[in-house]
Amino acid sequence: MSLLTAEIASAGYGRATVLHDVDLEVPAEGRLAVLGANGAGKTTVLRTLSGLTRVEGSIRLDGRELVGLSPYRIAAAGIAHVPQGRGTFGDLTVRENLLVGGATRPSRAARAEADRWMERFPRLGERAARPASGLSGGEQQLLAIARALMSAPRLLLLDEPSLGLAPKITAELFATLDVLCRETGTAMLLVEQNAQAALGIAEQAVVIESGQITLRGPAAELRDDDEVRRAYLGV
Amino acid sequence: MLLQQLADGIATGAIYSALALAIVLVFRASRTLNFAQGEFALLGAYVSWQLVVWGLPVWAALPVSMALLAVLSAASERALIRPLARRHQALPLIIVTLGLMIAINAVIGWAWTYQTKEVPALFGGGAVDLGGVAVSRQDIGIVLTVLVVAVVLGVLFEFTRWGLRMRAAVSAPESAELSGISTGRTMTMGWAIAGAVGALAGTLIAPELFLHPGMMAPVLIYAFAAATLGGLDSPVGALIGGLAVGVVENLAGSYLPHGSDFKQVVALVIIVVVLLVRPQGILGRREVVRV
Ligand SMILES: Nc1ncnc2c1ncn2[C@@H]1O[C@H](COP(=O)(O)OP(=O)(O)OP(=O)(O)O)[C@@H](O)[C@H]1O
Ligand SMILES: [Mg+2]
Repeated sequence: MSLLTAEIASAGYGRATVLHDVDLEVPAEGRLAVLGANGAGKTTVLRTLSGLTRVEGSIRLDGRELVGLSPYRIAAAGIAHVPQGRGTFGDLTVRENLLVGGATRPSRAARAEADRWMERFPRLGERAARPASGLSGGEQQLLAIARALMSAPRLLLLDEPSLGLAPKITAELFATLDVLCRETGTAMLLVEQNAQAALGIAEQAVVIESGQITLRGPAAELRDDDEVRRAYLGV
Repeated sequence: MLLQQLADGIATGAIYSALALAIVLVFRASRTLNFAQGEFALLGAYVSWQLVVWGLPVWAALPVSMALLAVLSAASERALIRPLARRHQALPLIIVTLGLMIAINAVIGWAWTYQTKEVPALFGGGAVDLGGVAVSRQDIGIVLTVLVVAVVLGVLFEFTRWGLRMRAAVSAPESAELSGISTGRTMTMGWAIAGAVGALAGTLIAPELFLHPGMMAPVLIYAFAAATLGGLDSPVGALIGGLAVGVVENLAGSYLPHGSDFKQVVALVIIVVVLLVRPQGILGRREVVRV
Protein backbone atom coordinates (compact mmCIF):
# COMPACT_ATOMS: atom_id res chain seq x y z
CA MET A 1 0.00 0.00 0.00
CA SER A 2 1.18 3.52 -0.75
CA LEU A 3 2.16 5.85 2.06
CA LEU A 4 0.15 8.69 0.53
CA THR A 5 -2.88 8.24 -1.68
CA ALA A 6 -4.51 11.46 -2.81
CA GLU A 7 -7.64 11.54 -4.94
CA ILE A 8 -8.40 15.23 -5.21
CA ALA A 9 -11.64 15.69 -7.14
CA SER A 10 -11.35 19.44 -6.79
CA ALA A 11 -9.55 21.93 -4.58
CA GLY A 12 -9.28 25.69 -4.39
CA TYR A 13 -9.68 28.87 -2.40
CA GLY A 14 -13.08 30.26 -1.53
CA ARG A 15 -15.17 30.10 -4.66
CA ALA A 16 -12.21 29.66 -7.02
CA THR A 17 -11.45 26.05 -7.92
CA VAL A 18 -7.81 25.52 -8.89
CA LEU A 19 -7.30 21.74 -9.06
CA HIS A 20 -9.40 19.20 -10.97
CA ASP A 21 -9.01 15.43 -10.65
CA VAL A 22 -5.49 15.35 -9.31
CA ASP A 23 -4.53 11.82 -8.24
CA LEU A 24 -1.17 11.24 -6.59
CA GLU A 25 0.56 8.34 -4.92
CA VAL A 26 3.77 8.30 -2.93
CA PRO A 27 5.10 4.94 -1.76
CA ALA A 28 6.83 4.61 1.61
CA GLU A 29 10.28 6.17 1.27
CA GLY A 30 9.36 7.04 -2.32
CA ARG A 31 9.92 10.31 -4.14
CA LEU A 32 7.50 12.12 -6.38
CA ALA A 33 8.23 15.32 -8.27
CA VAL A 34 5.46 17.69 -9.35
CA LEU A 35 6.50 19.88 -12.26
CA GLY A 36 4.64 22.80 -13.79
CA ALA A 37 4.83 26.39 -14.93
CA ASN A 38 4.01 29.52 -12.91
CA GLY A 39 0.46 29.39 -11.67
CA ALA A 40 -0.13 25.78 -12.77
CA GLY A 41 -1.33 24.82 -9.30
CA LYS A 42 1.76 23.18 -7.79
CA THR A 43 1.60 25.07 -4.51
CA THR A 44 -2.12 24.40 -4.32
CA VAL A 45 -1.42 20.66 -4.47
CA LEU A 46 0.83 20.85 -1.43
CA ARG A 47 -1.48 23.23 0.43
CA THR A 48 -4.33 20.84 -0.21
CA LEU A 49 -2.37 17.93 1.23
CA SER A 50 -1.68 20.04 4.34
CA GLY A 51 -5.30 21.02 4.82
CA LEU A 52 -4.93 24.67 3.80
CA THR A 53 -7.47 24.69 0.95
CA ARG A 54 -11.08 23.83 0.37
CA VAL A 55 -11.04 20.28 -0.99
CA GLU A 56 -13.34 17.56 -2.25
CA GLY A 57 -12.00 14.05 -2.44
CA SER A 58 -9.89 11.80 -0.32
CA ILE A 59 -6.34 12.07 0.99
CA ARG A 60 -5.02 9.15 2.98
CA LEU A 61 -1.73 8.79 4.81
CA ASP A 62 -1.11 5.18 5.74
CA GLY A 63 -4.79 4.57 5.22
CA ARG A 64 -5.85 7.40 7.55
CA GLU A 65 -8.19 9.97 6.00
CA LEU A 66 -6.80 13.52 6.25
CA VAL A 67 -9.54 15.50 4.51
CA GLY A 68 -11.36 17.53 7.15
CA LEU A 69 -8.46 17.64 9.61
CA SER A 70 -6.92 20.96 10.67
CA PRO A 71 -3.43 21.66 9.30
CA TYR A 72 -1.86 21.20 12.73
CA ARG A 73 -3.42 17.76 13.04
CA ILE A 74 -2.20 16.77 9.59
CA ALA A 75 1.29 17.90 10.63
CA ALA A 76 1.03 15.77 13.75
CA ALA A 77 -0.12 12.83 11.61
CA GLY A 78 3.29 12.81 9.92
CA ILE A 79 3.35 15.29 7.05
CA ALA A 80 5.97 18.03 7.21
CA HIS A 81 5.63 20.94 4.80
CA VAL A 82 8.37 23.34 3.71
CA PRO A 83 6.27 26.11 2.19
CA GLN A 84 7.16 28.24 -0.80
CA GLY A 85 9.26 31.11 0.55
CA ARG A 86 10.53 28.82 3.35
CA GLY A 87 8.20 29.96 6.12
CA THR A 88 11.05 30.95 8.42
CA PHE A 89 10.16 32.33 11.85
CA GLY A 90 12.30 35.41 11.22
CA ASP A 91 12.25 36.89 14.71
CA LEU A 92 12.92 33.58 16.44
CA THR A 93 16.48 32.32 16.75
CA VAL A 94 17.83 29.53 14.57
CA ARG A 95 17.64 27.14 17.50
CA GLU A 96 14.07 28.17 18.30
CA ASN A 97 13.10 27.61 14.67
CA LEU A 98 14.33 24.04 14.98
CA LEU A 99 12.54 23.54 18.30
CA VAL A 100 9.26 24.75 16.79
CA GLY A 101 9.75 22.08 14.13
CA GLY A 102 9.85 19.55 16.94
CA ALA A 103 6.73 20.93 18.62
CA THR A 104 4.88 17.63 18.27
CA ARG A 105 7.63 15.62 19.99
CA PRO A 106 8.59 15.30 23.66
CA SER A 107 10.72 18.29 24.64
CA ARG A 108 13.83 16.33 25.56
CA ALA A 109 13.84 14.50 22.22
CA ALA A 110 13.27 17.79 20.39
CA ARG A 111 16.18 19.49 22.14
CA ALA A 112 18.57 16.61 21.44
CA GLU A 113 17.42 16.53 17.82
CA ALA A 114 17.95 20.30 17.41
CA ASP A 115 21.48 19.94 18.74
CA ARG A 116 22.14 17.15 16.26
CA TRP A 117 21.02 19.32 13.35
CA MET A 118 23.22 22.19 14.46
CA GLU A 119 26.23 19.89 14.73
CA ARG A 120 25.51 18.48 11.32
CA PHE A 121 25.16 21.90 9.72
CA PRO A 122 27.74 24.12 11.45
CA ARG A 123 26.48 27.13 9.52
CA LEU A 124 23.25 26.78 11.51
CA GLY A 125 25.05 25.91 14.73
CA GLU A 126 27.21 29.02 14.60
CA ARG A 127 24.09 31.15 14.38
CA ALA A 128 22.07 29.19 16.92
CA ALA A 129 21.23 32.18 19.09
CA ARG A 130 20.74 34.72 16.28
CA PRO A 131 17.43 35.65 14.65
CA ALA A 132 16.80 33.38 11.68
CA SER A 133 16.01 36.38 9.48
CA GLY A 134 19.74 37.05 9.31
CA LEU A 135 20.50 33.82 7.43
CA SER A 136 21.21 33.77 3.69
CA GLY A 137 18.64 32.26 1.32
CA GLY A 138 20.45 28.93 1.10
CA GLU A 139 20.87 28.75 4.87
CA GLN A 140 17.20 29.55 5.40
CA GLN A 141 16.22 26.77 3.02
CA LEU A 142 18.48 24.38 4.89
CA LEU A 143 16.94 25.55 8.16
CA ALA A 144 13.45 25.06 6.75
CA ILE A 145 14.27 21.49 5.74
CA ALA A 146 15.90 20.71 9.07
CA ARG A 147 12.90 22.26 10.83
CA ALA A 148 10.55 20.05 8.85
CA LEU A 149 12.59 16.91 9.58
CA MET A 150 12.61 17.79 13.31
CA SER A 151 9.14 16.29 13.53
CA ALA A 152 10.42 12.93 12.17
CA PRO A 153 7.73 12.98 9.46
CA ARG A 154 6.66 10.11 7.23
CA LEU A 155 6.34 12.44 4.26
CA LEU A 156 8.18 15.66 3.47
CA LEU A 157 6.49 18.22 1.21
CA LEU A 158 8.84 20.69 -0.44
CA ASP A 159 7.61 23.72 -2.37
CA GLU A 160 10.24 25.00 -4.81
CA PRO A 161 13.26 24.71 -2.53
CA SER A 162 15.49 25.97 -5.37
CA LEU A 163 13.61 29.27 -5.62
CA GLY A 164 16.00 32.23 -5.43
CA LEU A 165 19.11 30.10 -4.97
CA ALA A 166 22.22 30.15 -7.17
CA PRO A 167 22.68 26.96 -9.28
CA LYS A 168 25.63 25.82 -7.20
CA ILE A 169 23.71 26.23 -3.94
CA THR A 170 20.74 24.41 -5.45
CA ALA A 171 22.92 21.47 -6.43
CA GLU A 172 24.36 21.28 -2.91
CA LEU A 173 20.93 21.54 -1.37
CA PHE A 174 19.51 18.73 -3.47
CA ALA A 175 22.48 16.51 -2.69
CA THR A 176 21.90 17.14 1.03
CA LEU A 177 18.18 16.51 0.64
CA ASP A 178 18.89 13.22 -1.10
CA VAL A 179 21.14 12.02 1.72
CA LEU A 180 18.83 13.20 4.50
CA CYS A 181 15.72 11.51 3.14
CA ARG A 182 17.61 8.30 2.47
CA GLU A 183 19.05 8.25 6.00
CA THR A 184 15.78 8.94 7.73
CA GLY A 185 13.60 6.90 5.38
CA THR A 186 11.40 9.92 4.74
CA ALA A 187 9.25 9.96 1.62
CA MET A 188 9.36 13.14 -0.44
CA LEU A 189 6.89 15.09 -2.55
CA LEU A 190 8.81 17.77 -4.34
CA VAL A 191 7.31 20.69 -6.26
CA GLU A 192 9.70 22.39 -8.64
CA GLN A 193 10.06 24.60 -11.67
CA ASN A 194 13.68 23.52 -11.84
CA ALA A 195 12.86 20.23 -13.60
CA GLN A 196 16.52 19.33 -14.06
CA ALA A 197 17.18 19.27 -10.33
CA ALA A 198 13.84 17.68 -9.45
CA LEU A 199 14.03 14.83 -11.96
CA GLY A 200 17.55 14.10 -10.79
CA ILE A 201 16.37 13.29 -7.30
CA ALA A 202 12.84 11.93 -7.85
CA GLU A 203 11.70 8.43 -8.80
CA GLN A 204 8.31 9.31 -10.22
CA ALA A 205 7.08 12.59 -11.64
CA VAL A 206 3.88 14.30 -12.76
CA VAL A 207 3.43 17.39 -14.87
CA ILE A 208 0.60 19.71 -13.94
CA GLU A 209 -0.98 22.34 -16.21
CA SER A 210 -3.91 24.57 -15.30
CA GLY A 211 -4.67 22.47 -12.27
CA GLN A 212 -4.71 19.12 -14.05
CA ILE A 213 -2.18 16.37 -14.45
CA THR A 214 -1.16 16.13 -18.10
CA LEU A 215 1.71 13.69 -17.89
CA ARG A 216 3.00 11.13 -15.43
CA GLY A 217 5.68 8.47 -15.32
CA PRO A 218 9.07 7.47 -13.96
CA ALA A 219 11.39 10.47 -13.59
CA ALA A 220 13.95 8.98 -15.95
CA GLU A 221 11.34 8.66 -18.72
CA LEU A 222 10.10 12.22 -18.26
CA ARG A 223 13.64 13.45 -18.56
CA ASP A 224 13.71 12.00 -22.09
CA ASP A 225 10.21 13.13 -23.00
CA ASP A 226 10.28 15.68 -25.82
CA GLU A 227 7.44 17.78 -24.37
CA VAL A 228 9.07 17.99 -20.97
CA ARG A 229 12.45 18.73 -22.48
CA ARG A 230 11.07 21.60 -24.47
CA ALA A 231 8.82 23.06 -21.81
CA TYR A 232 10.77 22.54 -18.59
CA LEU A 233 14.36 21.65 -19.37
CA GLY A 234 14.99 24.40 -21.88
CA VAL A 235 16.52 22.10 -24.49
CA MET B 1 7.96 67.98 44.45
CA LEU B 2 9.30 66.66 41.17
CA LEU B 3 10.27 63.36 42.79
CA GLN B 4 6.80 63.11 44.30
CA GLN B 5 5.28 63.65 40.84
CA LEU B 6 7.54 60.99 39.38
CA ALA B 7 6.59 58.46 42.07
CA ASP B 8 2.88 59.11 41.57
CA GLY B 9 3.35 58.87 37.82
CA ILE B 10 5.07 55.51 38.08
CA ALA B 11 2.26 54.12 40.22
CA THR B 12 -0.52 55.08 37.82
CA GLY B 13 1.80 54.21 34.96
CA ALA B 14 2.08 50.63 36.24
CA ILE B 15 -1.69 50.26 35.85
CA TYR B 16 -1.48 51.60 32.29
CA SER B 17 1.34 49.12 31.72
CA ALA B 18 -0.79 46.21 32.85
CA LEU B 19 -3.77 47.21 30.69
CA ALA B 20 -1.48 47.99 27.75
CA LEU B 21 0.04 44.53 28.17
CA ALA B 22 -3.43 43.04 27.89
CA ILE B 23 -4.07 45.08 24.73
CA VAL B 24 -0.76 43.91 23.25
CA LEU B 25 -1.46 40.25 24.04
CA VAL B 26 -4.77 40.46 22.20
CA PHE B 27 -3.22 42.36 19.31
CA ARG B 28 -0.53 39.72 18.93
CA ALA B 29 -3.12 36.96 18.99
CA SER B 30 -5.78 38.42 16.70
CA ARG B 31 -4.25 41.51 15.06
CA THR B 32 -7.05 43.63 16.44
CA LEU B 33 -7.49 46.28 19.11
CA ASN B 34 -9.77 45.17 21.88
CA PHE B 35 -11.78 48.22 22.90
CA ALA B 36 -13.55 46.06 25.46
CA GLN B 37 -10.27 45.54 27.36
CA GLY B 38 -11.08 48.34 29.80
CA GLU B 39 -14.53 46.91 30.48
CA PHE B 40 -13.07 43.44 31.05
CA ALA B 41 -10.81 45.07 33.65
CA LEU B 42 -13.82 46.89 35.12
CA LEU B 43 -15.76 43.66 35.30
CA GLY B 44 -12.77 42.13 37.07
CA ALA B 45 -12.86 44.94 39.62
CA TYR B 46 -16.60 44.45 40.20
CA VAL B 47 -16.17 40.70 40.61
CA SER B 48 -13.44 41.34 43.17
CA TRP B 49 -15.66 43.85 44.97
CA GLN B 50 -18.58 41.42 44.98
CA LEU B 51 -16.45 38.63 46.40
CA VAL B 52 -15.19 40.97 49.12
CA VAL B 53 -18.79 41.89 49.98
CA TRP B 54 -19.54 38.18 50.21
CA GLY B 55 -16.81 37.88 52.80
CA LEU B 56 -13.67 36.92 50.90
CA PRO B 57 -10.47 38.79 51.74
CA VAL B 58 -9.41 40.91 48.78
CA TRP B 59 -6.19 38.96 48.16
CA ALA B 60 -8.29 35.82 47.73
CA ALA B 61 -10.89 37.57 45.62
CA LEU B 62 -8.29 38.77 43.12
CA PRO B 63 -7.18 35.37 41.74
CA VAL B 64 -10.80 34.22 41.47
CA SER B 65 -11.66 37.36 39.53
CA MET B 66 -8.61 36.92 37.29
CA ALA B 67 -9.53 33.32 36.52
CA LEU B 68 -13.14 34.22 35.76
CA LEU B 69 -12.12 37.05 33.44
CA ALA B 70 -9.61 34.77 31.69
CA VAL B 71 -12.47 32.43 30.88
CA LEU B 72 -14.81 35.24 29.78
CA SER B 73 -12.14 36.82 27.58
CA ALA B 74 -11.27 33.49 25.97
CA ALA B 75 -14.95 32.74 25.42
CA SER B 76 -15.54 36.05 23.67
CA GLU B 77 -12.59 35.33 21.38
CA ARG B 78 -14.07 31.98 20.48
CA ALA B 79 -17.62 33.17 20.02
CA LEU B 80 -17.24 36.67 18.56
CA ILE B 81 -13.75 37.19 17.19
CA ARG B 82 -12.75 33.84 15.68
CA PRO B 83 -15.63 33.49 13.22
CA LEU B 84 -14.82 36.93 11.79
CA ALA B 85 -11.03 36.64 11.98
CA ARG B 86 -11.18 33.63 9.69
CA ARG B 87 -12.37 35.95 6.94
CA HIS B 88 -9.55 38.43 7.57
CA GLN B 89 -11.69 41.45 8.30
CA ALA B 90 -9.78 43.72 10.64
CA LEU B 91 -12.25 46.58 10.74
CA PRO B 92 -15.36 44.56 11.62
CA LEU B 93 -13.31 42.95 14.39
CA ILE B 94 -12.62 46.32 15.98
CA ILE B 95 -16.28 47.25 15.71
CA VAL B 96 -17.23 43.99 17.40
CA THR B 97 -14.93 44.82 20.32
CA LEU B 98 -16.52 48.28 20.51
CA GLY B 99 -19.92 46.65 20.69
CA LEU B 100 -18.65 44.31 23.37
CA MET B 101 -17.35 47.30 25.34
CA ILE B 102 -20.78 48.93 25.34
CA ALA B 103 -22.54 45.67 26.14
CA ILE B 104 -20.32 44.80 29.11
CA ASN B 105 -20.67 48.32 30.46
CA ALA B 106 -24.45 48.11 30.23
CA VAL B 107 -24.51 44.75 31.99
CA ILE B 108 -22.29 46.13 34.76
CA GLY B 109 -24.57 49.14 35.23
CA TRP B 110 -27.58 46.86 35.34
CA ALA B 111 -26.05 44.36 37.75
CA TRP B 112 -24.30 46.73 40.16
CA THR B 113 -26.02 50.11 39.54
CA TYR B 114 -24.22 53.36 38.83
CA GLN B 115 -23.40 54.17 42.45
CA THR B 116 -19.73 54.23 43.33
CA LYS B 117 -18.44 51.41 45.47
CA GLU B 118 -15.40 51.15 47.65
CA VAL B 119 -12.89 48.40 46.99
CA PRO B 120 -10.46 47.76 49.85
CA ALA B 121 -6.83 48.41 48.97
CA LEU B 122 -4.98 45.17 48.44
CA PHE B 123 -1.91 46.43 50.24
CA GLY B 124 -3.57 48.32 53.09
CA GLY B 125 -3.64 52.03 53.78
CA GLY B 126 -0.93 54.39 54.85
CA ALA B 127 2.20 55.65 53.20
CA VAL B 128 5.88 54.90 53.34
CA ASP B 129 8.60 57.54 53.32
CA LEU B 130 11.08 56.84 50.53
CA GLY B 131 13.85 59.43 50.82
CA GLY B 132 11.53 62.38 51.36
CA VAL B 133 8.85 61.13 49.00
CA ALA B 134 5.65 59.80 50.52
CA VAL B 135 4.40 56.80 48.61
CA SER B 136 1.26 54.94 49.59
CA ARG B 137 1.54 51.27 50.38
CA GLN B 138 -1.01 50.56 47.69
CA ASP B 139 1.12 52.34 45.07
CA ILE B 140 4.21 50.37 46.02
CA GLY B 141 2.15 47.19 45.94
CA ILE B 142 0.76 48.06 42.50
CA VAL B 143 4.19 48.66 41.02
CA LEU B 144 5.65 45.49 42.54
CA THR B 145 2.67 43.35 41.50
CA VAL B 146 2.77 44.55 37.91
CA LEU B 147 6.51 43.99 37.90
CA VAL B 148 6.12 40.43 39.16
CA VAL B 149 3.39 39.65 36.63
CA ALA B 150 5.55 41.06 33.85
CA VAL B 151 8.57 39.01 34.88
CA VAL B 152 6.52 35.82 35.23
CA LEU B 153 4.96 36.30 31.79
CA GLY B 154 8.34 37.20 30.34
CA VAL B 155 9.89 33.99 31.68
CA LEU B 156 6.94 31.93 30.43
CA PHE B 157 7.15 33.40 26.94
CA GLU B 158 10.93 33.36 26.59
CA PHE B 159 12.01 30.21 28.36
CA THR B 160 9.25 27.64 28.14
CA ARG B 161 8.06 25.39 25.35
CA TRP B 162 4.59 26.77 25.76
CA GLY B 163 5.95 30.30 25.28
CA LEU B 164 7.86 29.25 22.18
CA ARG B 165 4.64 27.93 20.65
CA MET B 166 2.89 31.22 21.45
CA ARG B 167 5.71 33.24 19.87
CA ALA B 168 5.92 30.98 16.82
CA ALA B 169 2.19 31.35 16.24
CA VAL B 170 2.58 35.14 16.29
CA SER B 171 5.75 35.19 14.17
CA ALA B 172 4.43 33.09 11.27
CA PRO B 173 0.97 31.62 11.94
CA GLU B 174 0.85 29.37 8.90
CA SER B 175 4.33 27.94 9.48
CA ALA B 176 3.40 27.32 13.10
CA GLU B 177 0.26 25.48 12.06
CA LEU B 178 2.30 23.41 9.58
CA SER B 179 4.62 22.52 12.45
CA GLY B 180 1.76 21.01 14.42
CA ILE B 181 0.87 24.03 16.56
CA SER B 182 -2.81 24.85 16.90
CA THR B 183 -2.88 28.60 16.30
CA GLY B 184 -6.51 28.63 17.36
CA ARG B 185 -5.47 27.46 20.80
CA THR B 186 -2.62 29.95 21.11
CA MET B 187 -5.00 32.72 20.08
CA THR B 188 -7.51 31.80 22.76
CA MET B 189 -4.69 31.55 25.27
CA GLY B 190 -3.57 35.09 24.41
CA TRP B 191 -7.07 36.40 25.11
CA ALA B 192 -7.30 34.42 28.35
CA ILE B 193 -4.07 35.88 29.72
CA ALA B 194 -5.17 39.35 28.62
CA GLY B 195 -8.44 38.90 30.51
CA ALA B 196 -6.63 37.90 33.69
CA VAL B 197 -4.10 40.74 33.47
CA GLY B 198 -6.96 43.18 32.86
CA ALA B 199 -8.82 41.96 35.95
CA LEU B 200 -5.65 42.48 37.94
CA ALA B 201 -5.30 46.06 36.68
CA GLY B 202 -8.95 46.83 37.43
CA THR B 203 -8.83 45.43 40.95
CA LEU B 204 -5.58 47.25 41.72
CA ILE B 205 -6.75 50.66 40.50
CA ALA B 206 -10.31 50.48 41.89
CA PRO B 207 -9.42 51.64 45.43
CA GLU B 208 -7.83 54.81 44.04
CA LEU B 209 -10.47 55.79 41.50
CA PHE B 210 -13.57 54.48 43.28
CA LEU B 211 -15.46 51.77 41.50
CA HIS B 212 -18.18 52.95 39.12
CA PRO B 213 -19.14 51.97 35.57
CA GLY B 214 -17.21 54.87 34.00
CA MET B 215 -14.01 54.12 35.88
CA MET B 216 -11.99 52.42 33.17
CA ALA B 217 -12.80 54.57 30.14
CA PRO B 218 -10.06 57.16 30.76
CA VAL B 219 -7.63 54.44 31.88
CA LEU B 220 -8.22 52.62 28.59
CA ILE B 221 -7.26 55.71 26.58
CA TYR B 222 -3.99 55.99 28.50
CA ALA B 223 -3.37 52.28 28.01
CA PHE B 224 -3.88 52.67 24.26
CA ALA B 225 -1.41 55.55 24.32
CA ALA B 226 1.03 53.33 26.26
CA ALA B 227 0.63 50.41 23.83
CA THR B 228 1.05 52.72 20.83
CA LEU B 229 4.14 54.27 22.37
CA GLY B 230 5.73 50.93 23.26
CA GLY B 231 4.76 49.18 20.04
CA LEU B 232 1.47 47.31 19.62
CA ASP B 233 3.11 43.91 19.33
CA SER B 234 5.72 44.33 22.06
CA PRO B 235 4.92 43.24 25.64
CA VAL B 236 8.08 44.90 26.95
CA GLY B 237 7.15 48.01 25.01
CA ALA B 238 3.76 48.03 26.75
CA LEU B 239 5.41 48.07 30.15
CA ILE B 240 7.79 50.87 29.27
CA GLY B 241 5.06 52.78 27.47
CA GLY B 242 2.74 52.54 30.47
CA LEU B 243 5.30 53.95 32.89
CA ALA B 244 6.24 56.72 30.46
CA VAL B 245 2.62 57.73 29.90
CA GLY B 246 1.93 57.70 33.66
CA VAL B 247 4.86 59.96 34.38
CA VAL B 248 4.15 62.38 31.51
CA GLU B 249 0.50 62.56 32.49
CA ASN B 250 1.38 63.45 36.08
CA LEU B 251 4.00 66.01 35.16
CA ALA B 252 1.70 67.65 32.61
CA GLY B 253 -1.07 67.74 35.19
CA SER B 254 1.09 69.62 37.69
CA TYR B 255 3.36 71.82 35.63
CA LEU B 256 1.41 72.90 32.56
CA PRO B 257 -1.08 75.77 32.88
CA HIS B 258 -4.56 74.27 33.27
CA GLY B 259 -2.72 70.95 33.18
CA SER B 260 -5.09 69.11 35.45
CA ASP B 261 -8.06 70.12 33.27
CA PHE B 262 -6.42 68.82 30.12
CA LYS B 263 -4.65 65.77 31.52
CA GLN B 264 -6.70 63.53 29.23
CA VAL B 265 -5.40 65.33 26.18
CA VAL B 266 -1.94 64.01 27.00
CA ALA B 267 -2.98 60.56 25.81
CA LEU B 268 -4.23 61.91 22.50
CA VAL B 269 -1.08 63.96 21.97
CA ILE B 270 1.13 60.93 22.67
CA ILE B 271 -0.86 58.71 20.27
CA VAL B 272 -0.73 61.27 17.46
CA VAL B 273 2.94 62.12 17.93
CA VAL B 274 3.99 58.44 17.99
CA LEU B 275 1.95 57.62 14.91
CA LEU B 276 3.57 60.54 13.08
CA VAL B 277 7.16 60.11 14.22
CA ARG B 278 7.60 56.39 14.81
CA PRO B 279 4.43 54.51 13.88
CA GLN B 280 5.71 51.12 15.04
CA GLY B 281 6.39 52.49 18.54
CA ILE B 282 9.57 52.14 20.56
CA LEU B 283 9.94 48.37 20.35
CA GLY B 284 7.36 47.31 17.77
CA ARG B 285 8.09 45.60 14.51
CA ARG B 286 7.80 47.81 11.47
CA GLU B 287 5.62 45.48 9.37
CA VAL B 288 2.83 45.66 11.93
CA VAL B 289 2.00 49.14 10.81
CA ARG B 290 1.62 48.24 7.18
CA VAL B 291 -1.14 45.73 7.88
N1 LIG C 1 -5.02 32.30 -1.93
C1 LIG C 1 -5.51 32.21 -3.19
N2 LIG C 1 -6.76 32.61 -3.48
C2 LIG C 1 -7.26 32.51 -4.73
N3 LIG C 1 -6.58 32.01 -5.77
C3 LIG C 1 -5.33 31.58 -5.55
C4 LIG C 1 -4.73 31.65 -4.27
N4 LIG C 1 -3.47 31.15 -4.34
C5 LIG C 1 -3.30 30.79 -5.64
N5 LIG C 1 -4.42 31.03 -6.36
C6 LIG C 1 -4.58 30.75 -7.79
O1 LIG C 1 -4.43 29.37 -8.00
C7 LIG C 1 -3.70 29.13 -9.18
C8 LIG C 1 -2.53 28.22 -8.89
O2 LIG C 1 -1.66 28.84 -7.99
P1 LIG C 1 -0.44 28.09 -7.32
O3 LIG C 1 0.14 29.01 -6.34
O4 LIG C 1 -0.88 26.75 -6.85
O5 LIG C 1 0.53 27.92 -8.57
P2 LIG C 1 2.03 27.43 -8.61
O6 LIG C 1 2.08 26.38 -9.63
O7 LIG C 1 2.51 27.10 -7.26
O8 LIG C 1 2.77 28.71 -9.16
P3 LIG C 1 4.24 29.28 -8.82
O9 LIG C 1 5.19 28.50 -9.64
O10 LIG C 1 4.17 30.70 -9.25
O11 LIG C 1 4.47 29.14 -7.36
C9 LIG C 1 -3.29 30.47 -9.73
O12 LIG C 1 -4.13 30.79 -10.81
C10 LIG C 1 -3.49 31.42 -8.59
O13 LIG C 1 -3.94 32.67 -9.08
MG1 LIG D 1 3.95 27.82 -6.05
